[in-house]
Amino acid sequence: MISPLTSVVVFHLGPVPITASVAVTWAIMAVLLGGGILIARRLSLVPSASQAAFELVVDAVDDQIRDTMRVEPAPYRAFIGTLFVFIFVANWSSLVPGVEPPTADLETDAALALLVFLAVIWFGIRAGGVRGYLATFALPNPIMIPLNFVESLTRTFSLLVRLFGNVMSGVFVIGIVLSLAGLLVPIPLMALDLLTGAVQAYIFAVLAMVFIAGAISERQPAPDISSQRTPL
Amino acid sequence: MNWLALVSIISAAVAVSFGAIGPALAEGRAVAAAMDAIARQPEAANTISRTLFVGLAMIETMAIYCLVIALLLLFANPLLK
Repeated sequence: MISPLTSVVVFHLGPVPITASVAVTWAIMAVLLGGGILIARRLSLVPSASQAAFELVVDAVDDQIRDTMRVEPAPYRAFIGTLFVFIFVANWSSLVPGVEPPTADLETDAALALLVFLAVIWFGIRAGGVRGYLATFALPNPIMIPLNFVESLTRTFSLLVRLFGNVMSGVFVIGIVLSLAGLLVPIPLMALDLLTGAVQAYIFAVLAMVFIAGAISERQPAPDISSQRTPL
Repeated sequence: MNWLALVSIISAAVAVSFGAIGPALAEGRAVAAAMDAIARQPEAANTISRTLFVGLAMIETMAIYCLVIALLLLFANPLLK
């Protein structure tokens, strides 16, 4: 049985080996970027069906950021939204025959978790300066400084392991069931996999929001969001 | 098959089976509490289910750790090299 911890090299780009998950990631990036550019090029005040669908996604992300972080969503929309949409599409890419979701590979998840780790530092420093960001480690109490440092590393690691474990175990179980029983038996498991994939994408985005909110919230007094919402 | 491989396989099974008990009980309690809360206060269902999902993910991580340990034992065991 192929180990889920190794990755398959499909071709070489010069001296650099390109694994299957990297190729799928590039394909997903191309599809998302192409779709985004295509929609954004012909935006109109009276939206077409596809524009309405995209606006729905953006609105949902905005609402989640407002509810979870209690700040105006604009600075965080791009990062959180991209995380959610990418992981969602990556998890559901197993619907395409022959494609294994890139999030079932340790490297992709490590890259995503690293992005969140760096984004927390970036947004924290932007909100309160370097001193302000470092001061959040001394909250609620200077005794907590070593624990807070360790926590910022372990939560990144658990973010990585959570996504990897969930997606990979789904792929693995389907592989085992397929080797035991043929044609239609794995379909319920695949449906469960789609549900898990969607929930994991949501959870990854929400946890990224919670971590970023933890780095910025002590610096800013929380504005009253409900009064700022523009009526539609 | 040498005894190290045998012990690794058995420990992997033990890690997953016993590691799943705690998170299963915890998730059951969390969902039951959330159901209770939603039944009492249906208008807060959105907030409750969002918090529930994040909490479940946190709890589930414990089981996933055990799974990763089991996979390390089976596929990347440093003692079996």
